[in-house]
Amino acid sequence: MIDDIVHFFEPYIYLIVGGVKAIIIAVALTAVVPGLVWLERRLMGRFQVRLGPNRVGPFGLGQPISDSIKLLFKESIIQSSADKFLFHLAPAIVVFTAILSFAVIPITQPFEIFGQTIGPWIANIDSGILFIFAISGMGIYGKVIAGLSSNSKYSLMGGLRSSAQMISYELTLGIAALSIIVMTGSLNLVDMVKSQEAVPFILVQPLAFLLFFIAGVAETNRAPFDLPEAEQELVAGFHTEYTGMKFAMFFMGEYINMVTMSSLVTLLFLGGWNTYILPQNALTGFLAFAFKVLFLLCFFIWLRSTFPRIRYDRLMTFGWKFLLPIAIFNLLLTSALKVL
Amino acid sequence: MELLIFYPIGTLCVFLALGVVLNKSPIGSAMCLIGMMLGLAAVFAIQHAHFIAILQVIIYAGAIMVLFMFVIMLLNLKGDDTVWKTREGNTLLTGLGAVLVVGILYKMTEITGGGEFDSPTPIQETFGTTVKVGTTLFTDFVLPFEVASILLLAAMIGAVVLAKSKMDD
Amino acid sequence: MLEQYIGAGIMLLVATAIACGMVLLTSILGPKHQFPDKMEPFECGESQLVSPRQRFSVKFYLVAVLFVLFDIEAVFFFPWAILFQRLGVFGLVEMFLFILILGVGLAYVWIRGGLDWE
Repeated sequence: MIDDIVHFFEPYIYLIVGGVKAIIIAVALTAVVPGLVWLERRLMGRFQVRLGPNRVGPFGLGQPISDSIKLLFKESIIQSSADKFLFHLAPAIVVFTAILSFAVIPITQPFEIFGQTIGPWIANIDSGILFIFAISGMGIYGKVIAGLSSNSKYSLMGGLRSSAQMISYELTLGIAALSIIVMTGSLNLVDMVKSQEAVPFILVQPLAFLLFFIAGVAETNRAPFDLPEAEQELVAGFHTEYTGMKFAMFFMGEYINMVTMSSLVTLLFLGGWNTYILPQNALTGFLAFAFKVLFLLCFFIWLRSTFPRIRYDRLMTFGWKFLLPIAIFNLLLTSALKVL
Repeated sequence: MELLIFYPIGTLCVFLALGVVLNKSPIGSAMCLIGMMLGLAAVFAIQHAHFIAILQVIIYAGAIMVLFMFVIMLLNLKGDDTVWKTREGNTLLTGLGAVLVVGILYKMTEITGGGEFDSPTPIQETFGTTVKVGTTLFTDFVLPFEVASILLLAAMIGAVVLAKSKMDD
Repeated sequence: MLEQYIGAGIMLLVATAIACGMVLLTSILGPKHQFPDKMEPFECGESQLVSPRQRFSVKFYLVAVLFVLFDIEAVFFFPWAILFQRLGVFGLVEMFLFILILGVGLAYVWIRGGLDWE
């Protein structure tokens, strides 16, 4: 009986495994957002010598949960002159691209369960890193459309600024990653981690790491590069007109992008799931990966509480006149050293 | 299996392409165009042209359409000019267009009707991977590759000259 | 080869479901009390004085054009970076030439003030 069932599902096993993996990762990503918000508020509290949320539940852990429930039951206001369809589409695009781009991230080494080798990724695409760049490039449209459809000058200006900033730093991001690709000779993220078994690339390519990380912070619109959301001048940028859960969806997108960016930095520069000191297996691999990602996330928050926001013209010239030439120079230097 | 994916995506692409033409607002048209390009990327992926599929998303849907969106934002058409008024009237142009479409369709059926399409030559699985495309590009087609950089240079200079003259006004 | 996209396809469906589900949920669950003043665009409590439909600086357009050009350039780098070890010195010279020509372009844009923001 059971054999029959197993036999029947045999050809579809990859579909079932894939579906389960996709649902686990997607749900984990959505669930990690309230946790991150809590972490950020707690850490920011400590950085600014105050307590942070500590009333709801132990250590204030109930706070993000009650916040998200509250947001879900808030009225969703669509101001009368907005384009209804596009107005709904924008937050959906932001969340959609954020979740989809995580599909190629391997979270630990492949392991065996019930005689099946399971890859801890949803898709192991040959050009995995290009896939992430392509999908996160689509995320720009969420912001552009939010700005365009709201019919409010703050939204429009915020959307325009945000997208101009993202495209400017996307170049540096790509070219900084290229020096790692030159080192490994592969676009596959799993191969990249495998070639760091001896030594993580942060030690070999410190300049590329710095460039990639700075561009990554700008790409996720985090402080000190959170110009599009500059409260003092633009109210809240492209999501000025959004309320309730749709407003929260932009934040979800931002936090998931933060996780994706931290994972990418971990995979490219910090050796991914390589533990280096502990014994290496799937569990310790995952723990090492999670620890590195968590460290980078805390670093993001640390940056936010340390640096003041950069002026917009400085931000653009910094990207084009400083980061981009250095990234190209670093790529040339790396390749020249590699050949000669 | 591949046909099973191709038909829905192909149909979707055709409808989105129609949407580009028939949509009344420029933003809607641009959105349809983005959707169609993503659909095309999927079609490329089915054809084993993996690198081209990714390029389609990065360059066309990612970079060039951002430029389109910026232009829409910058022009910022007011109130009623958001509806393009060019489609009404001009029977002559419409008629000519219809004749042209019929002609092209006829020619296409004539060409495809003669060929053997039931058993296309199987292509190698690695045919369109990044490695294969790169090998061809950097060995056999070095000259076009270098000339492409001059083309990009010309475009860069052109853009600056045009935009600068606007800014100085 | 095609199998590697199956996972991405499944993720695509899951992500669509989550994104659309959230938008639908919030549209259904929330209360709905509408009155004209609430439906106005935000303007610090005033009614809107100036139309949001104004033209913006051509700067942004220039940034977008430059982005398209450099993105195409960057895309040429990717296959080169993979094949780099096989191509050897020849590949290096090829790419140096390519970058040199584009470097001239970047220098020109820089000198003409295309990268200055004001």
